[in-house]
Amino acid sequence: MAHVLTRSLDRAATIFVLVVAACGVLIPLSNLLLPAGSALQVPTYLVALWGKYVCYAILALSIDLIWGYCGILSLGHGAFFALGGYAMGMYLMRQIGTRGVYGNPILPDFMVFLNYSKLPWYWHGFDMFWFAALMVLVVPGLLAFCFGWLAFRSRVTGVYLSIITQAMTYALLLAFFRNDFGFGGNNGLTDFKDILGFNVQAEGTRAALFALSCLALILAFLICRAVVSSKLGKVLIAIRDAESRTRFLGYRVESYKLFVFTLSACMAGVAGALYVPQVGIINPSEFAPGNSIEAVIWVAVGGRGTLVGAALGAVVVNYAKTFFTSGVLAPYWLFMLGALFVLVTLLLPKGIIGTFNSWWDQLGSKRPNADSAAREDGVTEPKMAE
Amino acid sequence: MNVMDTRSTSALLYLDGVHVSFDGFHAINNLSLALEPGEMRAIIGPNGAGKTTMMDIITGKTKPDEGTVLFDGKTDLTRLDETRIAELGIGRKFQKPTVFESQSVEDNLLLALNVDHSVRGTLFWRGSRGEAEQIDRVLETVRLKDVRRKLAGSLSHGQKQWLEIGMLLAQDPKLLLVDEPVAGMTDVETHQTAELLKEINRDHTVMVVEHDMTFVRELGVKVTCLHEGTVLAEGTIDQVSSNDRVIEVYLGR
Repeated sequence: MAHVLTRSLDRAATIFVLVVAACGVLIPLSNLLLPAGSALQVPTYLVALWGKYVCYAILALSIDLIWGYCGILSLGHGAFFALGGYAMGMYLMRQIGTRGVYGNPILPDFMVFLNYSKLPWYWHGFDMFWFAALMVLVVPGLLAFCFGWLAFRSRVTGVYLSIITQAMTYALLLAFFRNDFGFGGNNGLTDFKDILGFNVQAEGTRAALFALSCLALILAFLICRAVVSSKLGKVLIAIRDAESRTRFLGYRVESYKLFVFTLSACMAGVAGALYVPQVGIINPSEFAPGNSIEAVIWVAVGGRGTLVGAALGAVVVNYAKTFFTSGVLAPYWLFMLGALFVLVTLLLPKGIIGTFNSWWDQLGSKRPNADSAAREDGVTEPKMAE
Repeated sequence: MNVMDTRSTSALLYLDGVHVSFDGFHAINNLSLALEPGEMRAIIGPNGAGKTTMMDIITGKTKPDEGTVLFDGKTDLTRLDETRIAELGIGRKFQKPTVFESQSVEDNLLLALNVDHSVRGTLFWRGSRGEAEQIDRVLETVRLKDVRRKLAGSLSHGQKQWLEIGMLLAQDPKLLLVDEPVAGMTDVETHQTAELLKEINRDHTVMVVEHDMTFVRELGVKVTCLHEGTVLAEGTIDQVSSNDRVIEVYLGR
């Protein structure tokens, strides 16, 4: 086990982990300890906003793991994120208890409103945090496993796979919109009161959730690094670049795809679960196909196939989204997002971090005696062997 | 299940009465062929003779409509998929060199090594001295030692062909299927490749598909000429190239 972890921490990875850890510690401390209005104090609304970005960064990592390293372009990853979010939302709903509008100790408000006589069977157990936390991993993981088992075994790849992942998230969107599906229909789950006994609105809870999100981001990053820096990572890249060649070498390609796809869905689920208490609501719009596509754009902008890039892309694009959608340019955000995607594809096909890496390598190869042979990018003139 | 009780043939690879058609086009027509262990066989034939389709059948990419394909005298290959067939010990080099371009030459060979190919095995893999030595040996054989850390995508066409042959060696299969290894190579490289294949043939059974007659002559092995999915002639290169029917279909005279 130990060698898997040590191998995964190269210099860039260490820097990333330290930066996220510093944010996870300093931002909550500044929010809680410094007096409000002080120049260095991070206001609570920003803590919640950045906490949201951190959750998006985890989602971006999960997409990069399968797309950047294994060539599986999922345009439905928002579904796993939303399912994790619903699992957490169900726990938060059950915590409301008699404080709801109707004061029913068992049934959440929307069920009383819709004349439910008793709790649907699939809501049982969600009053316990450990059970909900388990479901955050199990539900997205199980869906991804079943979906992947069918798709990868039938060798559905490329654009066909992307289309059926879109169909999957769209189908879930429609299902969750229905009132009789038992998840609050159109309105989703909201009006949360507390989590593990702490008020979700309280500053301390928000700061703690932010710190936890940073911790989850670090863990997700380390898991991804461990996967991609192992021999399994090399096999994934081999599958991405030449799938049938990999098969002829005796690798069971579908098992590898199933493994990363399921792992990735579990990570997306955790991201959703941390997202819901910070934004205070989960509704079917989280399943919207557009959300999943947007998440893919974050990865493309940051740098597909670079984990740090995926996380960075999520933060940068979402910061831009917050910035532009709050001003006069708000109606044009989707056009800007589309333009961004086109521009990145044309001008920075490797994304921010990928471009930075090639630039850094070129700089390295110009220095005398630099050992850059290991990272040449295939742009050098091929030489004939004697 | 797919293993017969007794060995029915001494051949390492045995094809009998194989038929394949794609939308009514008979790509392979009553093809029968046997390869003895340790043999090297050259397969020639004009375009569309079914050479590549035959390799697809042997490696499980294409399923024959009828006929027998036996490996090692007892395993029915028509029932297995590519991964299982690769695990049995049949390696394949593609017509177009197919290497993992974004990974280093060494990593390409590492991936090809015949070791634990399970998800868990590769996740917790750690390099061993034995594996490193095997990679060194292969690099030596295919003359790529100087470029071991280069990305495979930055190699010349000829080097890529060799790397792919090297991957076959690392895989250490019982049977190597080599599809057009010298396509696009210079004369020197072609000569070196012939030497390389002869060296490999010392402890592997090899089947080579090739258009280049100089190369086939240099290999100096038994030749099978395919035409319209069936065997037209078999024998030494001189016998085959003087066969009237071969001259008729192959040379178009």
